[in-house]
Formats: sequence, structure tokens, C-alpha cells
Amino acid sequence: MPRPRRPPAAFLAVAVAASVIASLLLAPSAMANFITPKAGGSPNANQIASLYRIILYVAAVVFVIVEGTLAYSILKFRAKRGAVAAQIHGNTRLEIGWTVGAALILVVITVVTFVKLPSIINPPNSSAGIQLSAATTEPAPPNGKKVTICVQGRQFIWRYTYGNSCLSNSFSGKLPYSFTTMEVPVGETVILDIQANDVIHSWWIPSLGGKVDAVPGYTTYTWFKVLHAGTYRGQCAQLCGRGHAAMIAYVDAVSPSAYQAWLARQQQLIQTANAQVSQLRQILTANGNL
Amino acid sequence: MSITAEPTVRPLPQVVATRVQVPRTTKRWIDWVTTTDHKKIGIMYMVTTFVFFFLGGIEALLMRVQLSEPSNTLLSAQHYNQLLTMHGTTMVFLFVVPVWAGFANYFVPLMIGARDMAFPRLNALSYWLLLAGGIVFYATLFWQPPEAGWWSYPPLSSIQYSPSGGQDAWIFLIHLTGISSLLGAINFYATIVNMRAPGMSWGRLPLFIWAILVYAILLIIALPPVAAAVTMLLTDRHFGTHFFDPTNHGSPVLWQHLFWFFGHPEVYIMVLPGFGMISEIIPVFSRKPLFGYKAVAASTAVIAFLATLVWAHHMFASPLPVVVLGFFMLSSFLIGVPTGVKIFNWLGTLWRGSLVMTTALYYCLGMISVFVMGGITGIFLATFPVDWQLNDTYFVVAHFHYTIFGGAVFPIIASLYYWFPKMTGRMLNERLGKISFWLVFIGFNATFLVQHALGLTGMPRRIVTYAPNLGWSTYNLISTIGSLILAAGFVVTIMNVAINYKRGRVAGADPWKGNTLEWFTTSPPPVNNFDVIPRVRSVEPMRDIRRQVERQTGATQKTGGSERFARA
Repeated sequence: MPRPRRPPAAFLAVAVAASVIASLLLAPSAMANFITPKAGGSPNANQIASLYRIILYVAAVVFVIVEGTLAYSILKFRAKRGAVAAQIHGNTRLEIGWTVGAALILVVITVVTFVKLPSIINPPNSSAGIQLSAATTEPAPPNGKKVTICVQGRQFIWRYTYGNSCLSNSFSGKLPYSFTTMEVPVGETVILDIQANDVIHSWWIPSLGGKVDAVPGYTTYTWFKVLHAGTYRGQCAQLCGRGHAAMIAYVDAVSPSAYQAWLARQQQLIQTANAQVSQLRQILTANGNL
Repeated sequence: MSITAEPTVRPLPQVVATRVQVPRTTKRWIDWVTTTDHKKIGIMYMVTTFVFFFLGGIEALLMRVQLSEPSNTLLSAQHYNQLLTMHGTTMVFLFVVPVWAGFANYFVPLMIGARDMAFPRLNALSYWLLLAGGIVFYATLFWQPPEAGWWSYPPLSSIQYSPSGGQDAWIFLIHLTGISSLLGAINFYATIVNMRAPGMSWGRLPLFIWAILVYAILLIIALPPVAAAVTMLLTDRHFGTHFFDPTNHGSPVLWQHLFWFFGHPEVYIMVLPGFGMISEIIPVFSRKPLFGYKAVAASTAVIAFLATLVWAHHMFASPLPVVVLGFFMLSSFLIGVPTGVKIFNWLGTLWRGSLVMTTALYYCLGMISVFVMGGITGIFLATFPVDWQLNDTYFVVAHFHYTIFGGAVFPIIASLYYWFPKMTGRMLNERLGKISFWLVFIGFNATFLVQHALGLTGMPRRIVTYAPNLGWSTYNLISTIGSLILAAGFVVTIMNVAINYKRGRVAGADPWKGNTLEWFTTSPPPVNNFDVIPRVRSVEPMRDIRRQVERQTGATQKTGGSERFARA
């Protein structure tokens, strides 16, 4: 009987390792951080990333043990001449052991999650002078001082209304508003009241925390407190139609004084534009063109 | 009428099944259309679902090519949304769920020593309803396919935002394939509960049969809510109701609950039969009994129970109170325990075995190595604060391909290689099989491993294109190249089947030294499956039979056609 032709013994292990390493090496070296979520912009994003990292360490150990055992078994226990498989039917202690072991790991992750949770959902006080959550009730910092911005998702653009009464007055209150780019003060706790006008959208700026769906008929909330001035990019994360990929959002974080100045200027620009529109409307109506 | 006994190459494990040759009076295609034979229906299921798998694969490749470079204009947003909807819907409703129904149709009666399913005509109806669902859905290609994703969240799927009939075709696909699966599930349940061979108590049921039993129960639990949901969507769209319409006190979140109450059990409906097959194939090629039979069977039931309690982990970013998020995080963690138990028991089965490295075993081992990754990323996603970062990104896409592709498609291909000799009487080529395995394995990891990184660097799923400066371009290119390698792997398997369907080496009754009763009949089995149904004395009846023959004849049992897979 011809000896069975076997593939090289270490092939499987090598292929696993090769595909992992190749993917990691081919990744652009500038993108140093591709195994943890984006963070750095806001405390909640940082806390999520730190929770993620704790789970990653535990997961890496489990992964190496299981894949290692698999690879070892494949290399070690191949059929050989004269080898006889051990006729083992099971081992109750071992079964109980790994059941309990797996459960304990999950208990640890649960505890860590609930320890971290308050720092993710409860907004801190503003450094400069303003609390919040990815929750169904509007969160507030301990001292109650906050900047409230209403976010409205619609096909296929984000609209922001600035002011603490924005939820009830987003269109009527003559509050300053902007599209696509949200202007926010650095160091202040910003509460977002999120709504959708048409279909479901999802608000997500990766560096500034997790995503929150904007569901028509509901108001959802989240918060961030931008730590460093700069522009943070995100985009709609829930399929909302053909323009989904184009529904991009920027958060432009500037100093509180620059923020105040921007609000005033935006207010003025809007008033000017409104005035021009009503003027134009009058002319058109007078001419019979409207 | 002539009665001839089918000769087997080496008939030593006394296979007693005779083929009754009736001269053909009708055309061959009429035989297929009118058949109630579980084997023929099984073959029709498999052929149909593999065709849909092929179509779904083409859709996936088109999407990957579109994403291979930034700002690509190969596909419009409309076509891209149609493709992602069709790919998801096809793979879930027209491939993974029904292909298991196909394998189960063929092998459940054989493995439990029955001569057919409990309700043969109902069985045929299940198949034809599946085909009807597929045709209704794919007919939209000639008009306008749906484009609201395979979850079809309203309001996007409402008449206002998806006016085309494609969305209605999607609803009818869910109804038709749903009724098909429901009838099939009732049939499997009745067959397994009532028609087992003498002596096959619940503790001697093959694990694939356990898995199909639980698959059937889960289908019976999960399908009615989605049938209700799509009916409500249909009446919302056309008959003036407002179940999901927020402007009339309806709630889009209601849809999410109803859909995912079906959708998450569906995940286990797809992977549990895969787990069952892994639990059948590994012991055969380890030449060793399954480690912890009871634990593996029990974990199947526990997974199914928990599967009905985890649905809202798909909705962590939806408006839900934190206490609800906490509950669904814990229930999702819990489901990791029985899943881990299965993996440890498979490793326990390999341990100190004598591994016969067949293609089927390659795919099983590939499944374990890939599925572990998907299980672990599942823990990240179950942790709801972390999910707020990862949900709806490519991280999720990577996760569920590692679980579904790993947990279901690898075992499906393993089952194909394992059972092809039984279904056709011919062996598949092992060398081609292994080439196919390595292409699939390497292509799979190249496609999906980098997608974790894409999600972590902020790329949402379901976007038709992206700007060049976001750090996503290289990962996407790697992923696209990987998907082409993956596709090449499947092409090799298709060639393998095409070449060896008629010309492969003759398999004989029991080419692998199998453990279960399907090997106790000729390949392919005759219409009545068995002349004599043996009494079952353990979970490995075929092994008992071989031993008995060895004792009586004093000869080590060789197997038909493929000694090279016997003890080396």
C-alpha cells in the first residue's frame, strides 16, 4: 500500500501565521492604531477604548491557548503507522472545569464593564465651566452646566441647532444652526439631543465616543467633552438610502471664546440671509413671479 | 422488472441494501419534479441553494471590487445598496438555512435508520416553496431589486422611502422561504422524534441529528415573529396601517425587536447544524469517539435556549434603557459558555487521536480556527459600551463572516466532501480538495481579518465608497484581493464536483470508516435506504457493526475504494 502523501506538517500553522502577519505588515505603518477603536478626542471614547483594551488582553490569551492547542493537536496527533487513537469518551471534571473557567472570564469582563460604565455614560463637569450619556434620557453633568446641541439626521445631511432650548425650538426659535460641520467649544461638556426627520440614521464621530441611532419618533442623547482643539470626522453609520456614504459629519472644536464668536457670526449670517430671502420674496411677489 | 443487488467494491461491512431497478416509464425530469423521495428532494435543495450561493458570491465580489479603491465609480449607490441587500438576503434565506435543510433531508432519515421523512409530500412542498421564494426574489433583477438591506429597517423600507416593488418581493421571499422552512422544521421534528432505528435512544442520537432537531425547534420559534413583522410591513406599505410609522404613533424600534427576535435565533439556525457536522466528522477522522457527547448535545440545547434571549444586542445603539442593554450584554456573554464548551470538546476529540487528514477534516479544523476568532470578537460586541464604537462598522462585518462563514460555510463544504461519496457513489479528488481548502482558508482570512481594522479605524458598513485620505484604502485592497482568492477556492471545489461526479473513484459503502448508519447502505442508497435496519447499541452503530464483522471473520475491515484513508 503506497504511503499516503501528506502536506508539510507545519503548513496550517504557517498559513495562519502568514495571513495574520501579512495583513498586519501590509497595513500602512502610519496607521499605528488599528487594533483598538479610535479615541483621544473625548473622555468617553477614551474609556471605551480602555475597556476594549482590557477585553483584548483577555481575548488574546484565550485565542492563543485555543489556536495553540488546535495547531499542536494537528501537528502531533496525525495518523502514523501503528498509532492507535486513545478511546476516551470524556472527562466530567474537565467539562466542569472549562465551563466554570469560561464563565469566570465573562464575570470578570462584566465587572470591568460595569465599573467603567459610569465614566462612559455620565458626562463630567466641563473643565471651563459645563454632564451626559448614550441614553434615552437627557444626561447632565453633576453641576448641571452644559452646552446643548440638537442633531437632526435627514437624507443625507446632518443639521445642528445650538442652544439649550434647541429641542423645542429647532426651527422656530431663531437659534443658530449649521449643516455637516458642528462647531463646539474645547473643554466644555457638550450634550447632544439626537433626532431624525425621515429614516433611521446613526450619529458617530469615532474619536468622540460611541454611536447613537437617530430614530424618527425618538430623541436619543450622547455627550462628549473635546479634549484638544481640532476637526474630528465621522459619518452616518446606519444605512439610510442611496446617499448614505455621503452623509459625513465634522466636529470642529475651538476655544470657548472662538465658539462664542462663531455662534454670533453664524446668527448674524443666518439673519442676513433670511432678510435677503424675505426681500427677494417680496420682490418676486410684487412682480407676480411667486 | 428485474431485481439486482448493487455490487459494492468491498462489501465486507455487511451492507444489506438492494437496489430495485424499475424500468423507466416517465421522463427523467418528471421523476425529479414529482418525487417525494427524501434523497432526491435533498439533492434538489442542495443544487438550488448552491446556485444561490454562487449568485450571492458574485454579488459579494461586485461589492468588493467596488470598494477596492477609494472614490470608485464602478457601481452607483443604488446598485450597491441593491447588491448588499441581495447578498445578505440570499446568503441567509436562500443558502445557509436551506442548504442545511438539503443535507438534513438527505441524511436525517439515513442517519436514524429511517426509510424516508415522516411527511414525504410535505417535504416536496417545502422544496418547491423555497424555489418559489428564490424566484420571486431574483425576478426583481428584471425590475428593481430591494435596497433597504437584509434587515429592511423601516422607515427606509416603507413605501415612502422604498417605493419599488423590490421591497414587496423581499417580503414575499421571507414569507415563502419562511413557510418552506417551517414545514421542513415540522417534518424534521416529526421524523427525528418518531422514526429512529430500534435502540436509538436520545443518548445515542448522532450529534448532527441533535443539531437538526434543535434547528427545527428554533425555526418553529423564530419564524412566526418575522412572518408577523413582514406582514405588518406589507400592510404598512399598501393597506394604510402605521405599525412602524413614527408620524402616526408607530415605532421603527418595534420592527427592530420583531426582526431580531427572529434574526438572532437565525444565526444559530445557521451554525448549529454546522456544529453538528463538525461533531460528526472530527470523531470519524480522529478515529476516536467524540469527547463529551453529553456536553456537546446539552450545549446545543443551551445555545438554542439562550439564542432566544439575546436579540437586542443588535440594537445597542437604538433607543433602549441602559438596564435593557445590561441584560442583553449578560445573556450574550452567557451564550459564549456553551459555545466554548463545544470548541473545547472538539479539541478534546482531536487530542491523542490518530488524525486522518482528509479534505473534510481540513475544513473542520479550518472551521474551528476561524470560528474561535468570531466567538472572541463576539464578546467585544456583546459589551455594549464597546459595541457603541463597533456596531454598524466593518468590525461587525468581519465578526459575522468569521462566525457564519466559519461556523456554517466551512462545515457545509466539509459535509460536501464527507458525504459526496455517499450521495454519488464517487470520491472527490483529495488533492483538489486540499488546494480548494487552502485557497478558501487563506482567501477568507485575507478578506475578513483586515475588516476588523477597517471598523476600528472608523469605516461604517454599507457605504458605496470612501474618500482616499482616511487610511482605509490599503485594507480594502487587501480585502478585495482576499475575496478573489476565496472565490478561486470555491471554483476549485466546483471543478472537483464537476469532474468527479461521474468519473471519480468508486467509493463503496463506507469509504471513511464512518460511525453512523448512513454508511450502512450502498452509495448512493437505494430508494428504500435499508433492507434491514440494524439495532443501535451505541452512538456509533457503524463502528459496532464493523467490530462485529471483524470478530466474526477475523479480518481487519478495509473500506470500499479508499484504503488510503484507513489506518496508516
